[in-house]
Amino acid sequence: MTTAPPTPAIAATALRKSYGDHLVLDGIDLDVPAGTVFSLLGPNGAGKTTAVKILSTLIGADSGDVRVAGHDVARDPDAVRAAIGVTGQFSAVDNLLTGRENLMLMADLHHLGRDEGRRRVADLLERFDLVGAAGKLGSAYSGGMRRRLDLAMGLVGDPRIVFLDEPTTGLDPRSRRSMWQIIRDLVDGGVTIFLTTQYLEEADELADRIAVLDHGRLVAEGTADELKRLIPGGHVLLRFTDIGAVESAVRILGTGVADTAALTVQVPGDGGVRSLKALLDRLDDASITPEELAVHTPDLDDVFLTLTGHPSDDAKEAVR
Amino acid sequence: MTALSATLTDAATMSRRQLRHMVRYPSLTLMLIGQPILFLLLFVYVFGGTLGAGLGGAAGGRGEYLNYVVPGILLMAAASVSMGTAVSVAMDMTEGVVARFRTMAIARSSVLTGHVVGSMIQAMLSMAVVIGVALLIGFRPSAGPGAWVAAVGMFALLCFALTWLTVAMGLVSESVETASNMPMPLVLLPFLGSGFVPTDSMPAGIRWFAEYQPFTPVMETLRGLLMGTPIGGSGVLAVAWCLAIALGGYLWARALYNRDPSK
Repeated sequence: MTTAPPTPAIAATALRKSYGDHLVLDGIDLDVPAGTVFSLLGPNGAGKTTAVKILSTLIGADSGDVRVAGHDVARDPDAVRAAIGVTGQFSAVDNLLTGRENLMLMADLHHLGRDEGRRRVADLLERFDLVGAAGKLGSAYSGGMRRRLDLAMGLVGDPRIVFLDEPTTGLDPRSRRSMWQIIRDLVDGGVTIFLTTQYLEEADELADRIAVLDHGRLVAEGTADELKRLIPGGHVLLRFTDIGAVESAVRILGTGVADTAALTVQVPGDGGVRSLKALLDRLDDASITPEELAVHTPDLDDVFLTLTGHPSDDAKEAVR
Repeated sequence: MTALSATLTDAATMSRRQLRHMVRYPSLTLMLIGQPILFLLLFVYVFGGTLGAGLGGAAGGRGEYLNYVVPGILLMAAASVSMGTAVSVAMDMTEGVVARFRTMAIARSSVLTGHVVGSMIQAMLSMAVVIGVALLIGFRPSAGPGAWVAAVGMFALLCFALTWLTVAMGLVSESVETASNMPMPLVLLPFLGSGFVPTDSMPAGIRWFAEYQPFTPVMETLRGLLMGTPIGGSGVLAVAWCLAIALGGYLWARALYNRDPSK
């Protein structure tokens, strides 16, 4: 090897944390290359926020080696703090200050100087669509505006690593889309993103790599596609109008699981156009026409179910 | 930027934040300043005639009692402001924005310094209002300019000490309610000292406590500076008490703020 591998933005080994008797993180390993989006996915109570709190130096780990931006979080927390921006559940805005004052407070704490601070604040207000609300108190902000202000505050110091702890929880679909766009723009600017979410769809949309956290353990890690490949393939669901057609279809295809009550046949397959056409041609040759056809490709809900043995608590919510 | 100037800059930033909070939420400040005024009027107009007669001075009565009671009311004002400090620190700690500050590379204790500066401003405002009202209703101090400066300095030093102590109380409280109850003894201390009646009129046990508790030398010093009564050793004792309380409060508060919030 001629070049050393680049320093990962975030690296953790055997990270453990418990609150009293309650074990929250049970030895997790993380490796997030710079400039990528990493998503920690899991239901409520899985330990996502605790992980972010440790990585962002807010609380200490019980054991494990944690380095962020190349610095040890326990030994050199200020160097870590200088490199990161934090936004999310535990982070917040000052309710008794206006949006602009909140951002100016951050600019002052980053010692940006008056002119540079004002310039940066004006730019962020513009970018996050908060110009109209800049003079309103934080307490008067709507949920979506608050999240945007919160994220903007985390960006005043121009961090290279941004922690987003459930940035869209509780937001309406439109605000969620706009938050996603903001995150994509950050990624385009070369920022490393550590995102926690309980929405499978969100991790799928944004993340380069996803780690599934369940009861303090990482149960899987990979790209969205890799995770989907971990589970048995998809299937094609054919629905017929009478029981005779169902039986004929199973006989002709030589495979498939019939449900005589629902009048359906479930045929394994990836749902590709070519295999679908072949399937329909064989039925057509026998003069059988399905009433309905549905292609089911595995989604992250299936992944979660397969990996943890229980559905994600909010699977229903994520499939909107 | 050197470490010291960075610390000062962050402290100034947090102080501005605190001032904005006071402007946005003025009812707390008004209540803190109003409370000692209420007690001033109560003691002078309701109890003052009788208590003044007991002072045994030449003038006697309400006017003499007013001159006697002002230092006690000032300490009440200081205690009242520090109670507000504990409450606002405890409230602040429940806000997520403090968690944000903890994840930023800023001078660690600047949030607390901001609270202390804010409270000091409230305290000086409160002193001005108490003295102003007292003068309006007939308070006639004999202090010259030098003694006035010294009295203001003494009061500021006391408030500085109490504020660091109550910042720590605000941090150690699990809830805002606890934070408002914990400094309550401070409001009572002027009564169990030379604030409202001379200590030599008290029974032996209470009198012993009253003479040795920290507020008494401070009140005696203020009284001496404002009214020209003998100060004796009270001045040195008062300054020593204030420095000790300030240092203890500061170290306690710093240790509390620096502890791991998950522990």
